[in-house]
Amino acid sequence: MSKKQVHLAAHFPGVNNTTVWSDPQSGSQTDFSSFVHFARTAERGLFDFLFLAEGLRLREHRGQIHDLDVVGRPDTFTVLGALAAVTTHLGLGGTINTTFNEPYELARQFASLDHLSGGRAAWNLVTSSDAFTGENFRRGGFLRPEERYERAGEILAAAKELWLSWADDAIVDDRGRGVFARDVPVVEHRGEQFSFRGRFGVPRSPQGHPVLIQSGDSDQGREFGAATADAIFSRHSTIEAGQAFYRDVKDRLPRYGRTDRDLTILPAATFILGDTEADAAERAEHVRRQQVGPQTAIAFLEQVWGRDLSAYDPDGPLPDVDPDPEGVSITRGRVRHEKDTLAVAKQWRELAEAKGGLSIRELIIETTARQSFVGTAKQVAAQIDEAVQADASDGFILIPHLVPGGLDEFVETVIPELQDRGAYRTAYTGTTLRDHLGLARPTSAHVPSPTARAS
Amino acid sequence: MSDRSIRQRPLHLAVEVSGAGLHPGAWRRPEAPGAGVFEAGYHIGLAETAARGHLDFLAVSDSFGPPGADPSALRGSLDAVAVAARVAPVVPGIGLVPTATVTHTEPFHLSKAIATLDFVSSGRAGWEPAVSRTQAEADLFGRKNSAAPTVLWREAAEAIEVVVRLWDSWEDDAEIRDVATGRFIDRDKLHYIDFSGEFFSVKGPSITPRSPQAHPLIVLRGDEPEALAVGARWADVVRIVAPSVAAAAGARRRVRAAVADAGRDPDVVAVLLDVEVLLSDNADAARRDLAELDGWAGELPPSTLRVIGTPAELADTLADAYAAGAADGFTAVPLALPGGLAAIADGVVPLLTERGLFRAGYDEGATLRGRFGLARPANPYAQGASA
Repeated sequence: MSKKQVHLAAHFPGVNNTTVWSDPQSGSQTDFSSFVHFARTAERGLFDFLFLAEGLRLREHRGQIHDLDVVGRPDTFTVLGALAAVTTHLGLGGTINTTFNEPYELARQFASLDHLSGGRAAWNLVTSSDAFTGENFRRGGFLRPEERYERAGEILAAAKELWLSWADDAIVDDRGRGVFARDVPVVEHRGEQFSFRGRFGVPRSPQGHPVLIQSGDSDQGREFGAATADAIFSRHSTIEAGQAFYRDVKDRLPRYGRTDRDLTILPAATFILGDTEADAAERAEHVRRQQVGPQTAIAFLEQVWGRDLSAYDPDGPLPDVDPDPEGVSITRGRVRHEKDTLAVAKQWRELAEAKGGLSIRELIIETTARQSFVGTAKQVAAQIDEAVQADASDGFILIPHLVPGGLDEFVETVIPELQDRGAYRTAYTGTTLRDHLGLARPTSAHVPSPTARAS
Repeated sequence: MSDRSIRQRPLHLAVEVSGAGLHPGAWRRPEAPGAGVFEAGYHIGLAETAARGHLDFLAVSDSFGPPGADPSALRGSLDAVAVAARVAPVVPGIGLVPTATVTHTEPFHLSKAIATLDFVSSGRAGWEPAVSRTQAEADLFGRKNSAAPTVLWREAAEAIEVVVRLWDSWEDDAEIRDVATGRFIDRDKLHYIDFSGEFFSVKGPSITPRSPQAHPLIVLRGDEPEALAVGARWADVVRIVAPSVAAAAGARRRVRAAVADAGRDPDVVAVLLDVEVLLSDNADAARRDLAELDGWAGELPPSTLRVIGTPAELADTLADAYAAGAADGFTAVPLALPGGLAAIADGVVPLLTERGLFRAGYDEGATLRGRFGLARPANPYAQGASA
């Protein structure tokens, strides 16, 4: 009866090489019609929410704007507000960086979105210490890396003080006696990062405040998520890694007086469907080659090698020169995961050798993210369901590789399979995103300090 | 001279909305939205009414000004860009001009927000930049104190320049999707703006491609000299206030002179006169309505020409003011909503249309710029104009 239910979110394909732009079916990344198509498909599939990533400076590679991936995207708040007009239940979430925003303005924008969408707003709170992006902002970007979670915690605390400052019943609208709203207190915030004072300009919103998402994977990030987040995006999509992460994070919840149900863990996942397993595998291979074109393969290699490799043949062997350890910042505006590039290069050479002499492009296809789920609709539904039942996650945030139709086939074929398995809703049962996620409406502005760990 | 320039153009008519109307007592009327001012449906209804009257645009006013301590005032408001975005996909035709303030915000964020409003409205976006004047607003941010108008408008001028340059930082054909070379964009058609000013520096380019109108309509108030100087340089539409038709004609001449001084053709900048309105079927009822509002919330002194009367009286006033060269059009500011807007769309507009002064419908697919006779601007960064 009460089988654990799968939660799904839909990530609008973004500015990286996962998104395939060279396919004839690839549409505009900017036109609103693409967002409408994608959002309506997600809503037809009864997804919890749609999600938009953010990047506030165009990425650069070797000192020039990186031109091999999709470039360009619209403003997150404005797209989400407009999507509220063409959907009725779908949650609307986005990344908004705390480094380049002030709490009062952010709180007002999110509260406005929550009101205008009838309680469907979500915020993936990200803090960067990125001076490169900071060049686009009056405040600049300098934040010591160790201050990141301090700023995140403080902006969240400040935003909650504002969001919850109006009592739920503050608006009385007594026209006869002439009382519109009472008990709107002055919020006074004094902190290391922000100090401000005044009444908040927006009444308590339908969800109390937006659903809060966290995506840091470090120990500090996990602790922050356990203390404050309603949902966590992770990168662990295998069963074993997923289970370890899931347990680790959920075990931290009791420290903050929270239970497993208060936090939804959604690993990012890509997928390729086919009529048969072999068909899906073939399509997956084709998409991988689209995602890693010859020039992209060289660019990836340059990120590790830290030097210009444009003279190398992507279909030829790996360079015989070693990485330049000084050239590690060859790519700017994207998250890098490789630290010891000499070790990575050694490992890649061994891998290329072991696989019978992989070319540069084949190696990059091999070593960069492969699709999480590949198979028939039935198989993919089973894999998703099994991961959720095994507590490897509570569901997934799916990242299709095509705009705008990348979710169509999934919704048409996998969702019914999940429903047949009794693992997925057959209708929305509530109206707000908190309803979809099974979360209570918050009443307290208290933000537990993630550093106050009970040992 | 100015008369000829006026008659060559259609009369423009916009409406500005905020809360339950301009009058602080308006929320107590039976028609008032109550808590509906915080719901999408109310704003969609206003936009639909404005579109029914095929008005030029709906100005959604906004400020960071926090609610006061008085429980008898309508308190709170939603972010105007968010309201415009929520309305745009479901209400065709009407231009949408939210106010977005520039003195406590990031021009980079503003630029992409307004450009994106242009995408989601298919070219019907505008923007009214405004400054935050009060210490109460400054205290909400805690970064700096309030400043004199001359400082505020210097900052506004920089912010507007950054926003516009970011709008142009992508050439229209920057996206090439060239499979042979693996390139999604031609990076030579993206431009660093490298703005460095008194108040901030911004590198660019924008993260958002050039929008349908390229430059959403910029609407600025031209009432104070510091603002007028900015409007003369950047505005597509200048809003003025004046207590009379004669005063408005003078104000319009000053705007046109300032535009000319800034090296621009005054005929490309429409001057719209604010007119406060409270309409009813007969003039006595309208006056009683005003007395009731004043009784509830105290008298609201007119800040500009005000018409308390019938739709026919307002139509006469607008037609006469237009004929007298007082303005290229008007921004009606209803004292009470939503009826004040409906009376314009359903009562005043048909009378103006009958006289051949106002459009009888929207042109299919027209942009807001197009409605003001403005072409999509060429990109100054094209032709290798930038470094």
